[in-house]
Amino acid sequence: MNDPLTTLLHLPPEASTYAREVDLLHLAVISTTMLGAAFVFFLALYFLARYRRRRPGETTLRTTTSTPQEIFVIGGILTLFLVFWIVGTLQYDRMLTPPADAMTVYVTAKQWMWKFSYPDGRASMDVLTVPEGRPVKLVMTSRDVIHSFYVPAFRMKHDVVPGRYYVAWFEANAPGAYPIECAEYCGVSHSRMLGEVHVLSASDYAGWLESNPPDANDLVAAGRDVAARRGCLNCHTLDGQPHIGPTWVGLYGSQVPLEGGRVALADDAYLTRSMMDPQVEVVAGYKGVMPTYRGVLEEPEVAALVELIRSLRTAPNTPSITLPRVVPQGSAQPQEPQP
Amino acid sequence: MTTMDAGIVPVPRELPPRPETYLNVAHTVKSWALTTDHKRIGVLYLFTTVLMLALGGAFALVMRTHLLTPSGALLDSYTYNRTFTMHGIVMVWLFMIPSIPAAFGNFLIPLMIGAKDVAFPRLNLLSYYIYVVGAFWVIIALWMGGCDTGWTFYTPYSAHSPSAVVPTVFGIFIVGWSTIITGVNFIVTIHTMRARGVTWFRLPLFVWAMYGVSVIQTLATPVLAISLCIVGIDNWFDWGLFDPARGGDPVLYQHLFWFYSHPAVYIMILPAMGVISEIVPTFSHKNPASYKAIAYSTLGIAFVGFATWGHHMFVAGISLFDAGAFGILSMLVAIFSAIKVFTWVLTMKRGSVVVRTPFVYFFAFLFLFVFGGMTGVATATQSLDVHWHDTYFVVAHFHFVMVGGTLTAWLAALHYWFPKMTGRMYSERWGLVAATLVFAGFFLTFFPQFLLGNAGMPRRYATYPPAFQALHVISTVGSWILGASMLMTLGYLVVALFNGERAGDNPWDSRSYEWYTSSPPPEHNFAKEPTFALDPYDYTVPAERMHD
Repeated sequence: MNDPLTTLLHLPPEASTYAREVDLLHLAVISTTMLGAAFVFFLALYFLARYRRRRPGETTLRTTTSTPQEIFVIGGILTLFLVFWIVGTLQYDRMLTPPADAMTVYVTAKQWMWKFSYPDGRASMDVLTVPEGRPVKLVMTSRDVIHSFYVPAFRMKHDVVPGRYYVAWFEANAPGAYPIECAEYCGVSHSRMLGEVHVLSASDYAGWLESNPPDANDLVAAGRDVAARRGCLNCHTLDGQPHIGPTWVGLYGSQVPLEGGRVALADDAYLTRSMMDPQVEVVAGYKGVMPTYRGVLEEPEVAALVELIRSLRTAPNTPSITLPRVVPQGSAQPQEPQP
Repeated sequence: MTTMDAGIVPVPRELPPRPETYLNVAHTVKSWALTTDHKRIGVLYLFTTVLMLALGGAFALVMRTHLLTPSGALLDSYTYNRTFTMHGIVMVWLFMIPSIPAAFGNFLIPLMIGAKDVAFPRLNLLSYYIYVVGAFWVIIALWMGGCDTGWTFYTPYSAHSPSAVVPTVFGIFIVGWSTIITGVNFIVTIHTMRARGVTWFRLPLFVWAMYGVSVIQTLATPVLAISLCIVGIDNWFDWGLFDPARGGDPVLYQHLFWFYSHPAVYIMILPAMGVISEIVPTFSHKNPASYKAIAYSTLGIAFVGFATWGHHMFVAGISLFDAGAFGILSMLVAIFSAIKVFTWVLTMKRGSVVVRTPFVYFFAFLFLFVFGGMTGVATATQSLDVHWHDTYFVVAHFHFVMVGGTLTAWLAALHYWFPKMTGRMYSERWGLVAATLVFAGFFLTFFPQFLLGNAGMPRRYATYPPAFQALHVISTVGSWILGASMLMTLGYLVVALFNGERAGDNPWDSRSYEWYTSSPPPEHNFAKEPTFALDPYDYTVPAERMHD
C-alpha cells in the first residue's frame, strides 16, 4: 500500500467505497487547519521579533481592531467551517443510509466476541465473510454492554448497544483480511475483542458458499417458528390480512403511514424499533396496543423475525377488496409473551 | 537590635520592618486550616490540586510505561483499565476543574475587582473542605482497588462493573458541590463586590473568564450529580435504571453525561483563556486588540458550549439532523476560540514585547491550543469523526487542548503570579529550561497519538497490535520528559519560595488591578480603599501614573 495519501496521513488501506472520499476530506481539513494554525503561530513570532521591547518601561499607543477586520476574520473562518460541515454532513448521510440492494448480516456482540449470522442460517464467530463489490448491511445489537464495531480499513464504526438494533453498512472494494476492533470500552478484555472481515472476490465467495453449507434451518424458517412461539401471529398475519396489527406481507421496504401524519420507511431499523418501542411509531388506523418486546425477544429471534418479514416483501399483494377489520371486544391487549 | 554579648559591637541593620502580609500575619496551622481569607484558601487549593496533579501524573506515567510493549509491560488488563480510569477521574475532577478557578480565581478575583474578600468567605472555606472530603472519597475508592469504567461511567457497563464504582461516583458527587458553591460565590462576588470605578468593561479579562466558568459550573454540575447518583444506585442496588432489559436506555445516559461533560471541557479551558488574556497584554505592554471580543466570546463559549454535547455521539445512533446540528454548533464554539486567538496575537502588534517564562508558556499554549483546537474542528466534521471516534486521535486532540492548553496556562499562571503570591522571584533560567522541556515532552507524548488514531488504534486498549509499537514507544519517552520537567518545575519553585530574590510589588510592570497592592498583599488586600486610576490595560502612560 504505497498510496501517497494514506502514507502521508498514516492511514490503513482504503478498502471500502466511501473510504477514499473520507480520506480526501480528511486531507483537506487537516491541511487547511494546520496551515491556519501555523500562520497564527508564525504571525505571533513575527510580532515578537518586530515589536520586541527596546527599553524598559516603554509605553505604547492604544489601538484596537476595526470592525471590518473582525468581520473579515470571522467571516473567513465561518465560510471555511461551513464548507467542512456541508461536505462532512453529506458524507455522513451516505454512511448512514444503506443502499437498497445491500445483503444483510446480523451482528451480535457480547463480552468479548463478535457473532455474525447470515440470512441462510450460517453463522460465524469473529470472522465476517463478505463478497467484494457488494454492499453489506449490518443489523447490530449487543447482549451485554455497549460495544462498537470498528473496521479502520473501511473508515466505518458504529456503536452496538443492548436493546437497540442499529444498522450500518459498507461495500468492500478490495479482497483481503481487515481487522475488526471493538472501539467502545467494554471491560477487562476490551483490547482483545478483535475480529476480521474476510473480503473475497466473487468466485472465491461462491466457493466459500459451497464449501460451507449452512447446517441449520435458514432464518426465515426460524422466523416463522419464533413468530408462532412468541405470539406475534396473534395480531400480525402472514397472508396479507390486516388484523389487530398490520400484516407483515409487503411490509418490508414500504412507506408506512403513522398516527400523527408522518410516514416511516419500513426498513430493518424501523422493524426493530417497532419491536422494542412499539408505542413510538403506531401505524395509522391501528390502536397502540402492542407491548414492548425489549428484554423478551432474544437477539437471534429478532434477526429471524426481520428475515421473515423481509422474505414476505415479494409475497402476493394484499387483496384488493378490503375485508372488515377484526377487533376483539373488550380486551385488546394481546397475550403477554412469556420471557 | 540588641545583643546579650557585650564583647561584640552590634551591627546596626538598616532593613526597614517587613510589611505585614497575608502570609506573615499568623503562622499557626489553625490560622491556615480555619482561614476565611480568599488568598489563603487559594493557596490551600493550589497545594491540594498540585498533590492531585502528582497523583494523576503518576497514573499517566505508569500507563505510558505499560504501553511500551504490545502485550503490556507492567500491568494486567484489569489493573490497566483501573489505571486509565483513575487517571481521568483524578485529572478531570480533582485537578483540572478546580486548578485555575479555585486556586487562582480565589486568590485573584477580589484583588482584581478591588474587594477585601469574596462575597461569602465562610462558604468559600466550606467549599474547600467539601472538595477535600470528595477527594478523600476518591482516594478511598482507590484504596478499595479503584474503578474500571473509564471516567465516562458508560452504562450498562458501570452498572455491573466489579470495581469500586460507588465510592468513586460518591466522591465526584461531593466534589460537584464544591464546584457549584465556588461558582455561586464567584458570580455574587463579581456582581456585588466591585470597587468604585471597576465597571463591567473595566474588569480584568481573567475575571470575565471566571464569570463565564462560574455560570457553567453552576448550571451544568447538577446534571452530572444526578446522572452519577443514578449510576451509583444502579451499581449498588441493581435497580436497572438504564438497563434495556427493564425498559431503560443506555444512550439516554450518554446524553445526560455529555450534557455536563462537554460544558466541563469549557470549565477547563475558559480559565486558561483568562490567564492568557492577562499575560499577553502585560508582556506586550499593550491593550488587548479587542477587549469586547474577548469578553463576549467568553460568554459565547459559556452558552453555546451547552448545545454541542451530541458531537460525542456521532456513532452512537443519533439522527442525521441531530448530527448536523451538533456539528455546526461545535464549529461555532471553535469560532469563539478563534476570535480569542486572533485577538491575543494582534495584541502584540505595535506593543513592547518582552519574553519571560510566563510568555514562553503563552507561546507553548498558542501552538498547542491552536493545533489541538483545529483537530477539534476536524473531529466535529461528522464523517471524519466516524473513523476517529474512540481512537487515539481523540485522545491526542483533547490532551492537546486540556494539557497543551490548560496545563501550560496553569504553569503560565503559576509563574506569572508567583511573585504576587509569595513576594519572591524564581530563577528565570530554570524557568525557561523547564518551559522548553514541558513543551518538547508534551509534543513528543501526544503528537504520535494523532498518527496512532489515524492508523486505527482504539483508546483504552491494554494491549495492541505490534505494528503500533514504534509510535507508542516515542509517546512513552515523551511522557517521561514531561514528568521530569514537571518535577524540575516543582523543585525550583520550592527553592524560590524560601530563597528566591525579593520580587518587588509589580515585577512585570503590569497595569492590571491585582498589581495595585503590594506583593504579597496585606491581609485585607488593599491598605486603604483602592482607587483604580487607569484602565487595567492602559499602557499609554508610565507605571508611576498607576497610583495618581
